[in-house]
Amino acid sequence: MGRYLHKRFPYHTPPELRGEPPPPYQVVIIGAGPVGLAAAIDLAIHNIPVVVLDDSDRVSVGSRAICWAKRTLEIFDRLGIGERMVAKGVTWQVGRLFHGEREVYAFDLLPEAGHKMPAFINLQQYYVEEFLVERCADFPNLIDLRWNNKLVSVEQQESGVTIAVETPDGAYNLTAAWLVACDGARSRTRALLGLDFTGRVFEERFLIADVEMKADFPSERWFWFEPTFHTGESALLHKQPDDVYRIDLQLGPDADPEEEKKPERVIPRIKTIVGDRPFELDWVSVYTFQCRRLEKFVHGRVIFAGDSAHIVSPFGARGGNGGIQDADNLAWKLAAVVNGEAGAALLATYDEERTHGADENIRHSARSTNFMTPKGATERVFRRAVLDLAATHIFARRMVNSGRLSAPCSLAGHALQTPAEDTNGALPGQVCPDAPLISPHGENVFLLTLLGNDFKLLALFGIEPPPGIGLPLIKIGPGGYADRDGFAEARLGRGVLYLIRPDQHIAARFTAPTASDVARALRRARGLTPSDPVPA
Amino acid sequence: MSTRLHPSHDGMAGRADDIYEALLAAHEGLTEPESAALNARLILLLLNALSDPEAALAAIAAAKGSEK
Repeated sequence: MGRYLHKRFPYHTPPELRGEPPPPYQVVIIGAGPVGLAAAIDLAIHNIPVVVLDDSDRVSVGSRAICWAKRTLEIFDRLGIGERMVAKGVTWQVGRLFHGEREVYAFDLLPEAGHKMPAFINLQQYYVEEFLVERCADFPNLIDLRWNNKLVSVEQQESGVTIAVETPDGAYNLTAAWLVACDGARSRTRALLGLDFTGRVFEERFLIADVEMKADFPSERWFWFEPTFHTGESALLHKQPDDVYRIDLQLGPDADPEEEKKPERVIPRIKTIVGDRPFELDWVSVYTFQCRRLEKFVHGRVIFAGDSAHIVSPFGARGGNGGIQDADNLAWKLAAVVNGEAGAALLATYDEERTHGADENIRHSARSTNFMTPKGATERVFRRAVLDLAATHIFARRMVNSGRLSAPCSLAGHALQTPAEDTNGALPGQVCPDAPLISPHGENVFLLTLLGNDFKLLALFGIEPPPGIGLPLIKIGPGGYADRDGFAEARLGRGVLYLIRPDQHIAARFTAPTASDVARALRRARGLTPSDPVPA
Repeated sequence: MSTRLHPSHDGMAGRADDIYEALLAAHEGLTEPESAALNARLILLLLNALSDPEAALAAIAAAKGSEK
């Protein structure tokens, strides 16, 4: 064991300050957090050069986002760090819910078999960033990662964005065709553009602490309503790697954040939870929660992703997971636009699909926060009634809300998807479900690994795609991959052809397709109108 | 609207007095907070017993409407 050592990443004088002519930049990303780094890697996978600016020279201080959901792990796996995250992370599936001293119930996420990635892992954000930074090094000619480069101004033109950047060697200007703002909840990009969030701010304050200790607490999520060990409304204990535990304590609206952060205040509170065993306090933060977002995520040549675009309360793990889904949704679209294969209409679908995702996350997280912070006598009476009934009644357990854990967002009904005529198998808009397969050469492989990063056709059991579509085909069934345990058939059906987007969402499904049906769905999924030229 | 919530619907099967008496008896001797808690549990149990989310939402709306 050992406390995480924050390496300093080396600052290099950027070419602009070495007197070299700057290359023509396509995409500049502001912020080397999980979302910015994921977007950079995804763009590099699509062969788009990116420059990433970060105003610090190290990964996240404090664990911050710790809870990574299966869909996010699938995205990280596509980007090349999924297996490393699972190996390092704490895989958990049991949650226990207490009311005062009484355990009300326990739940088991009971992960389904036949997926490469687990339901959830806990892994400190600093590890995720470290793995992403190391992965960036696999793209030395495509990812230009600049530490201690601080954005100080933004100016938009018709064809691009010019920014001013401050470094230890002085300031320089940089012009890029696109700017992706992944600079977090206090986004400087957002402030410089004079944009603001709309939505709700919750008054309640929460204390979040990372505590390092040797303890035999199981890998479970423990949540207390009205805990006996502190005066606030709720408490959460969650295990992270390296014998680090996350403790969240609800403090109430009147708590003074500076006072509450002081070790002499924090340590006695922690002791009431962990008892007399020795521990070290790694990190403490005091939050108020907001459930808010930008009205639009695309502003001309500036695109917002992650916390710079939307913020939620942490209960439900929807901040980090939602941000990674933004990067996943954006990268292939921006790559297509940079390559001249699509226009503004495709980027508009990023706004459409991810504001929808953000609204879903905001709705769930606002409901959780409401349940955890009852206002007035009546709300308190109803919450108490739910908790009392939850000991014996299944329906009441469904009402207890200590966070609705992040689930993949469906994009059904949005512009890029072609609605299906029937409801067999998986539906357009959903993420393509994973399944263990056996290749014709006898190797075990997961379906999502085969799907990769580009448009694919996926044919299950005896359906032949019409000729001339020009997309790689994955065939499951006779003559193709074997459905090892029957999960592909159970999740995707028989005699079905799917069109899968580069972010692995289903764009269309067919049971008797003609070539023009599939071509039309593909043009639609690429954000092209019938009059647009066909991309080369 | 669910027919069970229509103003003309009578689901008491002739036992309205029995049910009203049982409801009052359940509250007998309770403090105000205890009564409020009992009512809250009862409402939740009934909303679940409806087994019809649309009817549950309609019942809430109908109760809200009767405030006028």
